[in-house]
Amino acid sequence: MTVLSAKNITMQFGGLTAVDQFNLELSANELVGLIGPNGAGKTTIFNMLTGVYVPTMGEIVLNDQSIIKKTPHEIVKLGASRTFQNIRLFKDLTAVENVKIAYHNFIDYNMVQGMFRTKKFWDEEKKAQEECMKLLDIFDMGEYADTLAKNLPYGQQRKLEIARALASDPKVLMLDEPAAGMNPNETAELMETIHFIRNKFDITVLLIEHDMKLVMGICERIIVVDYGKTIAEGTPDEIKNNPDVIRAYLGD
Amino acid sequence: MDHNKKKAYLVNTVAVVALYLVFFLLIQTKTMNNYFVGIAIMTCIMIIMAMSLNIVAGFLGEMALGHAGFMAIGAYASASFSMVLIDSGLPLPHLVILILAMTVGGIVAGIFGFLIGTPTLRLRGDYLGIVTIGFSEIIRIFFINFGPTGGAAGLKGITRLVNFHNVYWVTIVITFLIFTLGRSKHGRAIISIREDEIASEAAGIPTTRYKVLAFSLAAFFAGVGGALYAHYQSFLEPSKFGFMFSIEMFVIVVLGGLGSLTGSIISAIVLTVLPEMLRSFAEYRLLVYSLVLIIMMIFRPQGIFGRSEFSLTAFIESLIQRKNVKNSIGGGEAS
Repeated sequence: MTVLSAKNITMQFGGLTAVDQFNLELSANELVGLIGPNGAGKTTIFNMLTGVYVPTMGEIVLNDQSIIKKTPHEIVKLGASRTFQNIRLFKDLTAVENVKIAYHNFIDYNMVQGMFRTKKFWDEEKKAQEECMKLLDIFDMGEYADTLAKNLPYGQQRKLEIARALASDPKVLMLDEPAAGMNPNETAELMETIHFIRNKFDITVLLIEHDMKLVMGICERIIVVDYGKTIAEGTPDEIKNNPDVIRAYLGD
Repeated sequence: MDHNKKKAYLVNTVAVVALYLVFFLLIQTKTMNNYFVGIAIMTCIMIIMAMSLNIVAGFLGEMALGHAGFMAIGAYASASFSMVLIDSGLPLPHLVILILAMTVGGIVAGIFGFLIGTPTLRLRGDYLGIVTIGFSEIIRIFFINFGPTGGAAGLKGITRLVNFHNVYWVTIVITFLIFTLGRSKHGRAIISIREDEIASEAAGIPTTRYKVLAFSLAAFFAGVGGALYAHYQSFLEPSKFGFMFSIEMFVIVVLGGLGSLTGSIISAIVLTVLPEMLRSFAEYRLLVYSLVLIIMMIFRPQGIFGRSEFSLTAFIESLIQRKNVKNSIGGGEAS
């Protein structure tokens, strides 16, 4: 079953074509990697899939609904959430508050009930606190719940961002360079985490990554882009030996 | 509600009632004359203004320099409303009229906040600051030229409905409401926009809606503050609601700490009472203002409280703890 599909999406910035007729099909519970040299257009593809940019041409369908011209928060509601290449946490809020903000749409009370603190407010807040703590515990971050996000170690910040992305209960999780800046131990741990959440939450994961060990290690399918075009697609072994890929990375 | 929260509610309620009783006694025994009561009333109004501005400046993190405009709208709307209501001869108690007038003032200002916020909140930072200055000036000039509310000569003959007792409780209620707002899911959404707008949108928060909401709520409470001001002064002149007044409120918020309501309260008290105490140096008021600001920006750029809140329960607990530590040390020496 296809969860997310993109047909011929193209993004032009003035005269520059950053992404040219890109196609993507993500099935349920798949783990797909998107790789390519610097400036190949990977993050632009991400930004189109999450509504930050509106593609110049093409069609994107998420859970049988077109998401062209939908705002990022509407797309989150439809079931696709993301993390960022440069970590974007709510730095001056605690870890659990970070997760609670993404849990927003599942907390059911209106502003008046919130301001007058009716029973509903207390019940819903209690539920939110428990659910968000559960999520943090899955990432072994329970002890950091009341630590300000900016005071967390780097690896924990990455994990918190993934936890926050999961709090909105997505069908598709998009990770933009989750291993950037991590040491080999942290990367290994992250690989396990990604595998684990894919199975635990039964979601589709699409990730951009430069760390080949990570990509080759966990992805079932890899898409290689260069100059905004798909140059290869296949299993890690096929990609490793593809002459086009080798040329894109190493030159002729 | 768990045990600690219940205790916090109890402590704060006791403190609020105790403070009220102190003022009540001071006023009843005439220890506080009318002049000081007047300062206390103005302080309460400024506390409301500062806290409402804090919703935009502190929670949302946007620069809004037109708060006096919303106050003017609330003041004029509520004053016109109460004058009509009293003229109609309905036998309503004064408190009811005041509550209705505050509601009207708040709602009208809130609507204007919504109307002004919707197009302008696409702007950020200093651009938004300039646009809000523009809007509040438009409002002021409008009232100068608007005949039915007295024009430049001002609106006279508003019944004085505000006294210390009702303004105190209104301030307490509004403090409670803004405080709980900041700790509800809506407040969290607004604060997340301040922290990182892109991440907030990616976390599923409809940022535009929450920005407009914050702006409208701030305007609503500013309108309530304006209503109290109108029914305390019983006279309104447009020149009062100029640019300098907006800046004055912004200074209070910055000085108290952007995002800290208790900071706003304390700095509103200081910056309202201090100039009154320095009446004889009235000309130097702005000089002192700028001096205080410069010193603050050098030594404590985050404001008195930064983003944290002063908690009475935590304060009392730390006092008790210190005493216990002292006692146990004392006991140790004795044995």
